[in-house]
Amino acid sequence: MHRQLMKGNEAVVRAAILAGCRAFYGYPITPASEITEAAATLMPKVGGVFVQAESEVAAVNMLYGGSSAGVRCMTASSGPGISLMQEGISYLAGAELPCVIADITRGGPGLGNLGSEQSDYHQVVKGGGNGNYKTLVLAPNSVQEMADLTRLAFELADRYRNPVMLLADGFVGQMMEPVEFAGKALEPGTPSWAVTGERETRGNMITSLHMKFDDLERHVRHLEEKYRCAEQLEARVERSFTRDAEIVLVGYGIVGRILKAVVAEARAAGLRVGLLRPITLYPFPTSEFRAIASHARCVVVVEMSTGQLVDDVRLALNGACPVEFYSRVGGNVPGHDEVMALVTRLAREMDLQARLEEMGVAHA
Amino acid sequence: MPEIGNTYEVAFERPKSMYAQFDRKEDLQHTTHYCAGCGHGQVHKLLAAAIDELGIQDRTVLTSPVGCSVFAYYYFDVGNVQAAHGRAPAVATAIERSRPGATVISYQGDGDLSAIGSAEILHAANRGENITVIFVNNAIYSMTGGQMAPTTLVGQRSTTSPGGRNPATEGYPLRMSELLATLEAPVYIERVGLGDNRQIAQARRAIKRAVENTTKRLGFSMVEVLAPCPTIWKMSPVEAQRWVKDVMEKSYPLGVMRDRVKDAEPKPEPMVAPGLAEIPGLLGIEAAVPGEASRSGHRRRGKAVHLGVRVAGFGGQGVLLLGEVLAEAGLEAGLEVSWLPSYGPEMRSGTSNCHVRLASEPIDTPLVTMPEILVAMNEPSLRKFDASVKAGGWVIYNGEEFPAELMREDVHVLAREFTREAQALGDPRVANMVMLGALLELAGVVKAEAIHKALTKLVKSPKWVELDERALARGRVMAREEREQVSRGCGVMVG
Ligand SMILES: Cc1ncc(C[n+]2csc(CCOP(=O)(O)OP(=O)(O)O)c2C)c(N)n1
Repeated sequence: MHRQLMKGNEAVVRAAILAGCRAFYGYPITPASEITEAAATLMPKVGGVFVQAESEVAAVNMLYGGSSAGVRCMTASSGPGISLMQEGISYLAGAELPCVIADITRGGPGLGNLGSEQSDYHQVVKGGGNGNYKTLVLAPNSVQEMADLTRLAFELADRYRNPVMLLADGFVGQMMEPVEFAGKALEPGTPSWAVTGERETRGNMITSLHMKFDDLERHVRHLEEKYRCAEQLEARVERSFTRDAEIVLVGYGIVGRILKAVVAEARAAGLRVGLLRPITLYPFPTSEFRAIASHARCVVVVEMSTGQLVDDVRLALNGACPVEFYSRVGGNVPGHDEVMALVTRLAREMDLQARLEEMGVAHA
Repeated sequence: MPEIGNTYEVAFERPKSMYAQFDRKEDLQHTTHYCAGCGHGQVHKLLAAAIDELGIQDRTVLTSPVGCSVFAYYYFDVGNVQAAHGRAPAVATAIERSRPGATVISYQGDGDLSAIGSAEILHAANRGENITVIFVNNAIYSMTGGQMAPTTLVGQRSTTSPGGRNPATEGYPLRMSELLATLEAPVYIERVGLGDNRQIAQARRAIKRAVENTTKRLGFSMVEVLAPCPTIWKMSPVEAQRWVKDVMEKSYPLGVMRDRVKDAEPKPEPMVAPGLAEIPGLLGIEAAVPGEASRSGHRRRGKAVHLGVRVAGFGGQGVLLLGEVLAEAGLEAGLEVSWLPSYGPEMRSGTSNCHVRLASEPIDTPLVTMPEILVAMNEPSLRKFDASVKAGGWVIYNGEEFPAELMREDVHVLAREFTREAQALGDPRVANMVMLGALLELAGVVKAEAIHKALTKLVKSPKWVELDERALARGRVMAREEREQVSRGCGVMVG
């Protein structure tokens, strides 16, 4: 067990190479550039490919090419670049090509700013490309998870033959924490469907085009079936003190970390508060939300967006439990004290006044 | 094949690289989907013949575009990858880079290549990708029913230039071959036509030459083929072929635009990939030292530690490095640590700050909104963060004059001219390390040995390490003196 200090963005590239990734196509953008820069240094060392593309449009189409050729490959970008990649992501999903795309989110819309937001949730989780497709989305909250979920992302991409996205905020990309790279370096293998320029693969063909209506319907139903499987098998969450929680806090990425501090403080003050942190945003951990609805009296979603994750939480709960929402945007972070104040107010409103007074908690 | 006797000699047959029957096609599996007289059909045949003659059927990968030739994979018995509109050069780039043994051919129409995909073709050519581009120019968007393309001739009618292309508002026909020939990297670019049999024979030679370059890994080759589209042009196949020669050619002169084939060096062979066991080392992943427990993140004994630090100053003062050394040293000492650079509007404007946490327990939030210790390397930083310091904490300030209005009853202050101290040690730039020394003394959470390890890891030059060590020692002394003076402990940080 050896842990070394590293930025989240730097951990992503290392974990990717260990997972057998041997091609990276990138276009610079803050706060994702360290990923592209590290790939530029490291890919050639391991006999891999690095190309700085002329745009994110080109980068995502290089992913399409690399993946067609059966290579584990990835790219990384942020909001505006991910927007440009949407065309390619739809093609990748349509042609059933595995690959990994990291979105280290910044402020938006438009150029927004370089601060951290979580405002790409909709374009990443719901997808901005055309057609009936989904991408699997993993949301790391630490440098360790940047490494672990990158490895998982490559596994899932191959298992489902589908793009997998890593959705992290700028904080998680930029911060340094100890990280341990678990497991050995994987041998980059070549899937049987790939087009490699060899006799054995000459009959292979990659396309998202299905001219006959019945063919396309069959194809779309097949994709749908894969997504249903993923929904059954791949949803992941972190639970913290949810079992007896009356107030359940919900947030992903850096917000999940802040909420953990709030839970600790609230518990110390005798409030029954817990945390449910989605690790997969698609598949959405719906059943976990249904489960807490049986005892939670209120769910509080905290986001660095004006309300995107909260839509999915509401859908999952389907009215079973009231949902409160708190957000900061523009690069501002929901302060742990701000959330604590909200939790305290809710606790009071929820008829917990008596207990609060007993505990002597005096939050405004 | 039925035996016909010795007199029978095959003079012409379907290229082997084309399927005998088009199984991928919905119906009419013995004819193509192309219209009578369409240039695509002819170009397909020439390309398949070249693939046959070069003996590269197995290694050929064809990327097909969006346009009438989107279904090239119905016909070519080679590896096939269908690309998004205009993006085939990017797709081909990636296939070739990872599969250098493949012969990758990007087949594109003029709308695809010169309009929506103009960036992708320009940059693939400029990088000198080892691919062949077959560029079929019929001066129109055919598949979508005859809209204007960048290649449409002046005065030519289309559904979106019903009065004829007007250069005043729609510009002039885009000559892609000439444009790409201004670049350094391409080795071979030629424009050919399908206007008559002589032209077709030349097209055949050019296509074969381009593909051969790719098999030899010589770099970027492109053949632009002026091709008829009788259906959209509303002409008979014969008229359309004549129009290519009599009219199109005037806007698009045939000929070689670039030929550096003789001097071209083959692309270097890809390196032999290192063994899997070597990879962690190549990535800078540190191997565990046998018996090492200090970094395990579970410090077995000692006091509980919860230290939150905010470091702020001008860019260039070493704010981020100070934080990094502190975090690295904490990790060496077996603590949980986090380091978070300021990430906001100030990032590019000269000031910077970072959040550092050291703790004996797993760290929930890495953000430090209420630091136990603030290291303010300049006055603006002090003004920004002074109020956030936790009661009982410390402010280490780089300046003797602590602004009176910022004085708080409930925090300790160590205000000194740290930059001057650093200057006296030999370089004003080690002020950050003098301040770190003071911080370490006040916090008392990591031993000198851990700091030394962290320094030698992060600071490469031994000269600087030596200077930094002296700076740290100086800072410790300054903090000790201050503490003795006020004779107050600082248990708050470590309690
Ligand atoms: C992004 C996008 N925009 C538009 C289209 C519609 N479209 C299909 S083919 C085509 C034109 C192709 O023209 P060209 O490249 O000249 O090929 P041709 O059909 O003439 O062979 C267009 C605009 C598309 N498929 N995708």
